[in-house]
This record gives sequence, structure tokens and C-alpha cells, in this order.
Amino acid sequence: MAPKLPPQLPPQNRVEQAGDASGTAGHADAGYHHGPKGLLRWLLTTNHKEIGTLYLIFSLSMFFIGGIFALVVRAELFQPGLQLVQPEFFNQMTTMHGLIMVFGAVMPGFVGLANWMIPLQIGAPDMALPRLNNFSFWLLPVAFTLLLSTLLMPGGGPNFGWTFYAPLSTTYSPPSTTFFILSLHMAGISSILGAINIIATILNLRAPGMRMMDMPLFVWTWLITAFLLIAVMPVLAGVITMMLLDINFGTSFFNAAGGGDPVMFQHIFWFFGHPEVYIMILPAFGIVSAIIPTFARKRLFGYASMVYATSSIAILSFLVWAHHMFAVGLPLVAELFFMYTTMLIAVPTGVKVFNWIATLFQGSISFETPMLFALAFVVLFSIGGFSGLMLAIAPADFQYHDTYFVVAHFHYVLVPGAVFAIMAAVYYWLPKWTGHYPNERLGRWHFWTSVVGVNLTFFPMHFSGLAGMPRRIPDYALQFADFNMASSIGALLFGTSQLLFVLMIIKCVRGGEKAPAKAWDGAVDLEWTVPSPAPLHTFETPPRFQHQEH
Amino acid sequence: MSGSYYVPPQSKWPALGSLALGVMMVSLGMQLVHGTGGLVMTLGMAAVLAVMWLWFRDVVRESRQGLYDAQMDRSFRWGMGWFIFSEVMFFAAFFGALFYVRVFAVPWLDGEGAKGVAALLWPDFTASWPLMNPPSDAISGPREVVSPWQLPLVNTIFLVTSSVTLTIAHEALKEGYRKTTRNWLIGTVLLGGCFLVVQGIEYYEAYHHYGITLQAGIYGSTFFLLTGFHGAHVTIGAITLAVMLMRVMQGHFSREDHFGFEAAAWYWHFVDVVWIGLFIFVYVF
Repeated sequence: MAPKLPPQLPPQNRVEQAGDASGTAGHADAGYHHGPKGLLRWLLTTNHKEIGTLYLIFSLSMFFIGGIFALVVRAELFQPGLQLVQPEFFNQMTTMHGLIMVFGAVMPGFVGLANWMIPLQIGAPDMALPRLNNFSFWLLPVAFTLLLSTLLMPGGGPNFGWTFYAPLSTTYSPPSTTFFILSLHMAGISSILGAINIIATILNLRAPGMRMMDMPLFVWTWLITAFLLIAVMPVLAGVITMMLLDINFGTSFFNAAGGGDPVMFQHIFWFFGHPEVYIMILPAFGIVSAIIPTFARKRLFGYASMVYATSSIAILSFLVWAHHMFAVGLPLVAELFFMYTTMLIAVPTGVKVFNWIATLFQGSISFETPMLFALAFVVLFSIGGFSGLMLAIAPADFQYHDTYFVVAHFHYVLVPGAVFAIMAAVYYWLPKWTGHYPNERLGRWHFWTSVVGVNLTFFPMHFSGLAGMPRRIPDYALQFADFNMASSIGALLFGTSQLLFVLMIIKCVRGGEKAPAKAWDGAVDLEWTVPSPAPLHTFETPPRFQHQEH
Repeated sequence: MSGSYYVPPQSKWPALGSLALGVMMVSLGMQLVHGTGGLVMTLGMAAVLAVMWLWFRDVVRESRQGLYDAQMDRSFRWGMGWFIFSEVMFFAAFFGALFYVRVFAVPWLDGEGAKGVAALLWPDFTASWPLMNPPSDAISGPREVVSPWQLPLVNTIFLVTSSVTLTIAHEALKEGYRKTTRNWLIGTVLLGGCFLVVQGIEYYEAYHHYGITLQAGIYGSTFFLLTGFHGAHVTIGAITLAVMLMRVMQGHFSREDHFGFEAAAWYWHFVDVVWIGLFIFVYVF
């Protein structure tokens, strides 16, 4: 588990703290840690670690629910022809799979990690606004119960794709759409408040002596992500409010008969939607930037350029939205503008990939499970990045648009991208959370089955897409049969292998090899200065952070 | 930043708040989709307001007990600042929709631009703004539009004046003239109330005399979307200021430490700035 000490350990960040490092002893505050027991403890908790755990459990549950929906889709597509479900239900499954995975699994997963780790990484006692934190979390179960319940309503649940384009989602939508809108409003409030909390925490609660450019990259990427969330979640709220009015009050926002424009929906949606996809990947960059240096036992190459690259990606994310709409009939100047800005994003992203590889160069690398996931992230996310570049070419996109090539692209950046990063983070920080190392053998099994499953699922989609297979269709022409069968087998493998993930987590919570405070010998950030498992309250008196050159 | 951190105790209001909001949202949906549930919706809304009241009451009490340190104060400032930024982006979406419709969507329906295919839908359509004659005959546009130089101008004067009176109240608070603060704050809240009354009159006239309705095509849609959400924010801001007035009268706030008041003032100025945008782009041009 802990390989022999390598020759070139990076310098450690040091903290000096009066009393013991955990800060568990010697505080006599108003008994806030003697809160209620049982269910109420979780309902009322304001502790960042408990709320982080709640977020992560919620995210994992949604990951399985969304995964089951995906398996329904893949089962239907196993063979050409209609086998298992009706097209109406198939549409609800594709839609709900997307909505649940984006808003219920990936986003709350990263927020859970932020809750757990940001205070620990900056030496803060908790989030800046702990009650708001509790509110942000408990909105989610309410919102997603409502969202899932739309499946049982008359006319079925949302069936217009996770991007809910008007007029499919307005004029031709099932009655439950109003409930879908309201549930999304609640999830949006949760995101905005959570992001405000994260920004306030990072800007205000850093340990004395920790400057902005001393922050771990996970903190940096989350700071920028939180900014994106606050900037675009209100835009999503705005566009679904217009949908609500079109559906229920007869307005004409997305209705050309009244002078509105369905394409306007796409513009506003993607003004939210493109920053949204970076919201789902920037924290992953931060995680990988923590894990790769740890297991390469070197400092991160190009810390400052990582910060600037992340900021550049965030700024560019506001200028590229219409590359999702090349085929909708944009003016030529818009096609060109959005094509070039989209290609520009490859520059800062390339800087990041370069830095990760340069970090590995001449490192003393060991391949524990978190590192395996992080390395797979670099390789497979890059594949998703390259297919993104192909899609950025407007004339080529006319061919790829709405085919399985697009599905392959965004699943490569989201599954072996965002989801693998979350899993890497779980393996990396589980010793800190539970005090035990995750079972390495189980971890390796989980990793390799997931990697094989992911690639078997999504790689063939490039080919079926290039050959012209449209997305969101329950039946298809015979020439796509082999690719689809491979994808479906891969999906089943990937889905099943996630049970190993759950098994690993349960085992790790219940026992396993004891982890010391500094669980990985190449790790440098502040969270490794508190005991494992991290006590409920840490850094109750501010630690003194000593600056190290990056 | 020395010494220890303040971490607030647990509270039941956040969890109850999400429950109340859930009840309100579900019953709102029931009302809109099935036409039943208005009573539950009202109760849910009342519950949301009650939770907000009780939650903020606890915060005020803790603040009055001197539990909050300078760091907590900064957290509140960052929190309020970024919250207002999120509101800015909310309105940005609506202004964006207005500009898109005016600059692109409506002219395109009339055949402008290189593509021009949208003109094939309604060949007789002529673009104009305000859009009095929507493309389809099934939708009847407004007969007349609100003149900016009557009620909207009055409302502009109300809101701009109220920002001035609020600033005077704030300066007086910083100097310790509490009575002056109270009086100018009363004036501010009254101006906010006047604004809402005038907007009520304007809405009545729009609906009953001008034919500007939610159903009157894109002009009515953007008109009510922008002015309606702005009016809702004026209402929230006025209630917040009224609460600050009560707190001033109860002797809360010191010359140095009165962030509750400042936050309400920030919000009010934000609402004022949005109105300037509305006045220019919805009414004048």
C-alpha cells in the first residue's frame, strides 16, 4: 500500500497549530457537536463532512437510478426492432437518464467532494455558511423525488431529451412538464446557494498565510466552477420560467406564431448549457491535479499555468454556446465565430494535459487505484476532447449533428472524464473519510472492468454515429446492429461493475487496513495533516499555513 | 483572522424550509396542471415565508448577542454580493431574450438576413417593434403601447428618488442620527409602495385599455416577463427594507456594524438599476 520512499519527495506544506492538529480537544463552544442522534442528526446537520457524505450518498443513488434508465435504453437497442419498451417510454428513459446523471449524479457528486475537502484543504473549520449548506443539500431529495415522480404521472414524464428543446418541451410536451420545471427550479436554487457558499468559503476562510496561489488546484477549480454556477444557473431558471409561461399562460417566447422563436430557446439553454459542461469537468481537473503529483511523487508541473488555463476555459465557455446549434440555421458569421472560439478551448485544455504528462515525466510512479482512475481520465478524456474538436468544425458538424458520434463524444468526457474523476477522488480520499485504505484488489477489479466496459460501450458509438445513426431513436437500420450489440454488452458490464464500487465503499467504511494521517506518501495538501478518519471538527483554531514554492 | 472561528449551531429551519418549498412547488404544479391545490399552495407559500422569518430571526438574535466576528461578517458580504450577481444573471437572461427577439427573431420572420426562410411561414407578416401584429392571425397583438413619459416616468422618478433617500438614511445611520435614519427609511419604503401601486395601475390599463396581455404575442410576453419579475423584486426589496425599518426602530444596528441594513440597501440599488434598464429598453426604445 505504501511503497518505499522515493528519492524526490516534494516539499510538504506545513501547518503549525496550537494544541493538537485535529483541534478536537479543548473547545467549549455551545454544544453544537452534541446535536440530535439518528435521522434528525442528518436532517439538521450543519457539519461540512456530514453534508458532504449526504451529497455523495445522494449522488451515488442517483448514479444507479440514472444507470438503470441507461440500461433500459441499451437493452432496447441491443437489437434492431422494438423489443422491450414503447417508443414513448424509450424517450422518457433517454431524457430522465440525462437529467438524473447531469443534475443528480455528477453535479452533487462534485459538490459533495467540495463540501468534504475544501474546508480541509484550506484549513477552515467548516463551510462559511453552514445552515445554507444544509438547505442546499435537502432541496435535492425533494427536487429529485418530484422529478422522478413525473414518470408516474398521466402522459408520462419528460420525453423531449435532457436539453428539452422547445417546442417539443412546450407545445407538444406531456402535462408533467410543469412539475419537471418546478423540480429543476429547486435543483437550481440548491446549486446557486451551494456555489455561493463555496465561493464565500474559499475567499474568506483560508488559513492565515495561505494566498490564492497557494491553494490546491481542487480548490481553485471549484472556485471557478462556483463562479460558473452562479453565472449560469439563473439563466437556466430564466429559460425554464419562459417555458412555464409558454405552457401555462399562453405567452409566445418560443412560438413563432406570436413573434417568438423556438431557436431562442436553444440559445438561452446553451448559454447555460455550455458553461454547465465545464461545471461538470473543471472540478475533475482539480482532482486529477491532486492525484497525479501524489502518485508520481513530484510537484505538479506548471501550477500557475493550470490556474490560468482553468480561468481561460471558464471565460471561453461563455463564448461558444452556439456550437451546439450549427445545424439549426445560424447566420454564417455566427457559424464561423462559434467554430473558432470552440477550437480555442483546445489551447488551455492542451496546457492541462501537457502539465499532467510533464508531472509524470521522471516521476516515481506507483499505480494505486486512485492513480489508475486518474491516468485513465487523462487518456480517455483526451479522446473525448479530440472528438469535440472534430465536432467543432462547423461544416463537419452538419454530418455529425444529432448522431451517435455526439453521444460518444459527450459520454467520453462525462463518464471516463467526470465520473472517473469522482471515483478517483473517492479512492483517493476514502482513507481520510473512513480511516481505512480501500481494498486495493477490489479497486483494481472495479477499475479494469469499468475501463473495458466504458470503452466497449462508447467507442463503437463513434462508428455508428459517423455512419449516420441518429440519437434518441428506439429502432435503427440493420447495418448498425453489431455496433449496438457491442455497446449494449459494454453498458451491462460497466453498470454491473459499479456494484464492485459499492462493495468497496461498504468494506472500506466497515474496516480495512488502517490509514495514517498522511495516507499517501506523496501527498502534500493540508487535509493530510489531520488524523484519519478526519474528526468531525477540524481546524477549529486557524492553522498557520507556510507557503511553499510550487 | 486570529483566535478561533465562529461556527453557528444547528437549526431546524433549513430542513423545514426545503420541505415547505417542496410543498409549495408541488401544489403550484397541481394548481397549474390540474386546477386544484390553490389552498395548499397558499399554505406552502406561507410556510416558506414563516421559515424565512424564523431563520432570519435566529440570525438577527445571534448577531445581537455579539456571536459573529469580523470573519462571519465578511462571509455574509460575499454571500449577499454573489447572490445579487446571480439575480443579475437571471435578469440578463430576460434582457437577452428581449434583444434576441427585437434584433433577430422578428426581423427574420419578415425575411431579413441571408437565410430568410422564416419569411415563408407568414408571407404577409411585417416586422415592427413594438410588435402590434404577430405573424399568426390566431394571436391578436396589443392595440396600443404604454407611453414611457407617463406612468413609467413617474415610476422612474419614484425609484431613483428612493435610492437617494435610502442613501441618506444609510449615511445618517453611520453618523448615529437614528431618527433621521428612521424617517428617510420610511420615505424609501413608501416610495417603493408607490411604485408598486403605479405599476398595478399600469398593468390594469395595459390589460383593459391597451390589449397588452400575456397572450398578445411576443411584445406582451417580454413586457410582462421583465416588468413582472422586476415588480416581484421590488416587492421583496420593499419588504426587506420594511424589516430593516422595524429593526432600526427597535434599536438594532450600530454606527459601524449594520450589515443587514447594507445588504437590503445593496439589493434595493440593484433593483433600481434593473429598472433603469427596463425603462430604456422596454419603454423608451
